[in-house]
Amino acid sequence: MADQGRIDVGYVAGLARIDIDPESKERLQRDMEEIVAYIEQLEELDVDGIEPTAHAVPLTNVWREDAAGESFPRDVMLANAPATVDDEEIKVPQVLPGEGMS
Amino acid sequence: MMELNLKTLTVHAAADLLASGELTSVELCQAYLDRIEDVDSEVKAFLKVDREKILAAATASDKRRASGEELSCYDGIPVGIKDCIVAADETCSCASKLLEPVVSPYDSTVVSRFKAKGFIPAGRLNMDEFAMGSSCENSAFQKTFNPWNLECVPGGSSGGSAACVAAGEMPISLGSDTGGSIRQPAAFCGVVGLKPTYGRVSRYGLVAFASSLDQIGPMSHDVLDAAIVLDTIGGGDENDSTSLPMPCEGFAEAVKAVKGQDLQGVRVGLPKEYFEAEGLSDSVKSGVEKAVATLKQLGAEIVEVSLPHTKYAVAVYYIIATAEASANLARFDGIRYGARKEADDLVATYFKSRGAGFGEEVKRRILLGTYVLSSGYYDAYYLRAQKVRTLIRRDFEQASEKCDIILTPVTPTPAFKLGEKSDPLQMYLSDIFTIALNLSGNCGISVPADICAETGMPVGVQFIAPALQEEKLLKIARIFELNREIKEFAPEL
Repeated sequence: MADQGRIDVGYVAGLARIDIDPESKERLQRDMEEIVAYIEQLEELDVDGIEPTAHAVPLTNVWREDAAGESFPRDVMLANAPATVDDEEIKVPQVLPGEGMS
Repeated sequence: MMELNLKTLTVHAAADLLASGELTSVELCQAYLDRIEDVDSEVKAFLKVDREKILAAATASDKRRASGEELSCYDGIPVGIKDCIVAADETCSCASKLLEPVVSPYDSTVVSRFKAKGFIPAGRLNMDEFAMGSSCENSAFQKTFNPWNLECVPGGSSGGSAACVAAGEMPISLGSDTGGSIRQPAAFCGVVGLKPTYGRVSRYGLVAFASSLDQIGPMSHDVLDAAIVLDTIGGGDENDSTSLPMPCEGFAEAVKAVKGQDLQGVRVGLPKEYFEAEGLSDSVKSGVEKAVATLKQLGAEIVEVSLPHTKYAVAVYYIIATAEASANLARFDGIRYGARKEADDLVATYFKSRGAGFGEEVKRRILLGTYVLSSGYYDAYYLRAQKVRTLIRRDFEQASEKCDIILTPVTPTPAFKLGEKSDPLQMYLSDIFTIALNLSGNCGISVPADICAETGMPVGVQFIAPALQEEKLLKIARIFELNREIKEFAPEL
């Protein structure tokens, strides 16, 4: 993985859905390449046959009863919404680009 | 009203004063609010303090006490909350512009457990944005300053939580620790900071940074207060399926019982790799040496242990933590809550809201996490890091066969100056002594040990115990605290 070349920060930012301005893009590029070069020292280790650790304390199959409980009322949940329709639904921008709103 | 020394006043001492009637909750809270008024324009630990609400809660507490009803001995004592832990009807911005408008509709489990014992959640504490940082310089709203020297950082990410306790603005506070974010600022500010075993404390209501590493814990003036908080907030929670079901109480009683005890028969391990680490300063080294001398005097046996994969911990951490962060922070898109930057369509709105809402360090980590998880790189980075995580965990398991507890530095240097570390990688490397525990799941505590003769800044030491052995950890840390050379750690401020 050492010679995969420069990180395409624009592409990665696209995957992460974050607008990056050109100025900070250059800085992020430099920082990320430095950090990735640092983390590549893990290559020196032989990890064949080692189980990966996903969690420090492995717990599996934590079940609970499938019981109906109290939920938050709609107005409470909508109180933080940036925009609503009649305080009843979250208002969002057009979902499919290029089509007029009906 | 009696004279209170807020810079050293503990929860257990305040509880005694409340119980004896020498102090009321209103007097106590008013004293803290006055102190905040006096010093927080300089320290800037708090993002928000709602005076009226705190005093109303204090008045209610005094009424409960006067009525003679049975109540918790901590009823009426305030606690500061890091701004990534939600409390009902309070803002929870994570020091990010993206979450600035958010008001939580519910209490986190830790806050509701505090309230159940009568504690008063008081004030929202500054932090590095989304807990990403080691200096509190990454807050979108303000920088926090170290009460010991206002030119220095308080550490991070729980910088506000550490600074407010050190400055006597709160008796205790909650922080969160993903790679050292409780222990490092505790060391920088001369207070106690406990990272419990992963799963001890419910994460319900903690805004997630790296879910397999995040753990909430207390910052306090002494080890007994840390034990009191763990008794209060710990234990299984049906709202967090990663919380551990075993009982989490009795720590305060156990810690109180050590008074007068020594450390005869206790083996303290010093991991040699930690003392060979690059950049370990003389003042920190000498602080640890003094701590070792104290432990020896108390009868402890000092043994050398080895944690051979120490040098890889930072690399593993910055793969796993950023990968988890990139997934966790995907939910912040300006649609259901938070600051939205409207664009022509939905996807463009995500881009714009996230671009405007996240600060540079948060973007850097999301991008790094997205990169290491992206197609073709997963095995090389993420999977390999998880395997090295196994090696790091085994290091601790093997070391714990040779000793009862491990003693290490917390940080390579005492608190550094604001602006001193501008390179992100250099900042990451300053976490070298704290992050391995988050990867392995051990519990650890940072305890003030010394004051640097040259700079006058506090130096902490870290005790590390195996998972779930908080009782041993807290008892040994308490015995050390009661016998260390310097008895009280309080800044002049």
